Amino acid sequence: MATVDLKDVRKVYPGGVEAVKGVSIAIPDKELCVLVGPSGCGKSTLLRMIAGLETISSGTCAIDGKVVNAVGPTERDIAMVFQNYALYPHMKVYDNMAYGLRNRGTPKDEIDSRVRSTAKVLELSHLLDRRPRELSGGQRQRVAMGRAIVRNPKVFLFDEPLSNLDAKLRGQMRVEIKNLQRSLGVTSVYVTHDQLEAMTLADILVVMNAGLVEQMGAPLDIYEKPASTFVASFIGAPPMNLLAVTAKPDSPANTPEKLFANGASLGIAAPVHAATLGFRPEDADVIGEGTKPSGALKLSATVEAVEPVGAESFLYCAAAGGRIVVRVSGRAAAKPGDRLEVMVPAGKLHWFDSTGKRA
Amino acid sequence: MAEPKAPGSGHDKLMIGQSAASIYVAHAILILGLVIVAFPIYYTFVASTQTLQTILRPPLPLVPGGEFWNNYAEALFGGAGRLGGVGAGTLLLNTTVMALGIAVGKIMISILSAYAIVFFRFPFRMAIFWLIFITLMLPVEVRILPTYKVMVDLGLIDTYAGLIIPLIASATATLLFRQFFMTIPGELVEAARVDGAGPWRFFFDILLPLSRTNIAALFVILFIYGWTQYLWPLLVTNRNDMTTIVIALKKMVSFADADTQWHLVMVTAILAIVPPILVVVLMQRWFVRGLVDTEK
Repeated sequence: MATVDLKDVRKVYPGGVEAVKGVSIAIPDKELCVLVGPSGCGKSTLLRMIAGLETISSGTCAIDGKVVNAVGPTERDIAMVFQNYALYPHMKVYDNMAYGLRNRGTPKDEIDSRVRSTAKVLELSHLLDRRPRELSGGQRQRVAMGRAIVRNPKVFLFDEPLSNLDAKLRGQMRVEIKNLQRSLGVTSVYVTHDQLEAMTLADILVVMNAGLVEQMGAPLDIYEKPASTFVASFIGAPPMNLLAVTAKPDSPANTPEKLFANGASLGIAAPVHAATLGFRPEDADVIGEGTKPSGALKLSATVEAVEPVGAESFLYCAAAGGRIVVRVSGRAAAKPGDRLEVMVPAGKLHWFDSTGKRA
Repeated sequence: MAEPKAPGSGHDKLMIGQSAASIYVAHAILILGLVIVAFPIYYTFVASTQTLQTILRPPLPLVPGGEFWNNYAEALFGGAGRLGGVGAGTLLLNTTVMALGIAVGKIMISILSAYAIVFFRFPFRMAIFWLIFITLMLPVEVRILPTYKVMVDLGLIDTYAGLIIPLIASATATLLFRQFFMTIPGELVEAARVDGAGPWRFFFDILLPLSRTNIAALFVILFIYGWTQYLWPLLVTNRNDMTTIVIALKKMVSFADADTQWHLVMVTAILAIVPPILVVVLMQRWFVRGLVDTEK
């Protein structure tokens, strides 16, 4: 098995566009690293550079401690699962899975036993004689996975493998990928734009934006301590509530009193450089009129829309000159137009400075 | 990606506005068209089974006569007098070699050049593509003198190579393959690279199988193109035993009616028609698939 080490990797396209602007990631052996970010953030480019399908403009990519910048995709001993599966349409499932092994000169009976055992793991055994066009989307996805697994590579690379599946199947496959990856113990890099996939799959989560790493770490650490407003608004569904705050014009510079965009006072102490206040929808509570929790943030909110999901409901509200979402468990009593008091404990507040970095 | 089609779907559906009456009208028109096209061929066949005397004394009967075996045996093995004793068998062989050579050669050259243009990045790639494209405007007739001179200098007059090679490059087929190759998703190419397939492996294991319906359709078209060549074989062959059946047909017809062995001309005409028809009929399934289906 193997580690993957990226050191200050850059990608500059001939036209001068810089897709990846210096990324360093170290992925330990057997861990699944998820690259997540909006489209155009460079995550797919980075994956393709690890695969060797894209040249590295500067920096190094090392697999298993060996720099592979000049090594072709075949010799890097990686396997890749593509978004549209990229199965060979004219080959049967069996041959699709066997093709990579045949090209490497694996003996015939070994190919056969490996293909059959992989097919068994993925429940594809009854489909080995079919062609890709005779399979459903989920089955094609499995074949694409099988084609990667059967090779027993050092590294798995996944390029948004679930985005062509419907929501239910996506959920199933997500669990399956995680289990497979864990049981096979193969170091993996997984690209997605879906934050739920990112959160649930990752051992190491890398949030990317505009060609740079915004934050890297364990998924829940990132969720609990987003390093920037970008990460805060990207991870979590619905995303973190962000409210702009400004210093009161005539307050002292070292301990300024902070105001919301609508001019209302925060009523609690804020860091000196705070420009944005954030809190998670589930950290806000609806409280009764008139109660004044000490040390906590209190907001008056007007409900604009209610989204009942079943086990929980989301209240979309206007508050403090911005918009917030509040999660309440079960059915919500509130209706659009209702006025609410919302309370957030001080420990659940996130502060960001004017550059968007955690204050 | 499309879901797998249920068997037979798309064929048993009625077309918009279809009624019983319109089916009859449509069939009547089709049958009329068929009769107009097929009758001359049938009449040629009828003439090929009559004696020369019957043909020369109109009207020609509408049903085949009794000379089928005599006429065909004489044409195939006896050799027509005007062609210095060369039988239709030799002519058929020559024409088959030429048509096959042109069809196979054109496909090989064009698929390889399209492969290079679409999948490889090399200097002046687009310039080369446009050069190939421009040659579309230069048919054989335009460059016939220099081509002939080159063939003479290379000593290729009256050879199969001389018949085939000047006609072997095809901008049209290159364009067709290029268009098809461009529809192949880039991820498929990358998957093959990750799977350890080099350029040749990719070409033979993936591109060629995916192109087979296109190749079949193109083969049919190009075989007939080669079979019906007239001007170039006329120029490049002098010996009667190297000429093609189409040229031979022309040589067999004399200005004076009485000089021409019309029954043998008719036999040769039928023999000239049969191989292209066979190719079309045998390859029809592939041909249609190559034209309408993208096999994806």
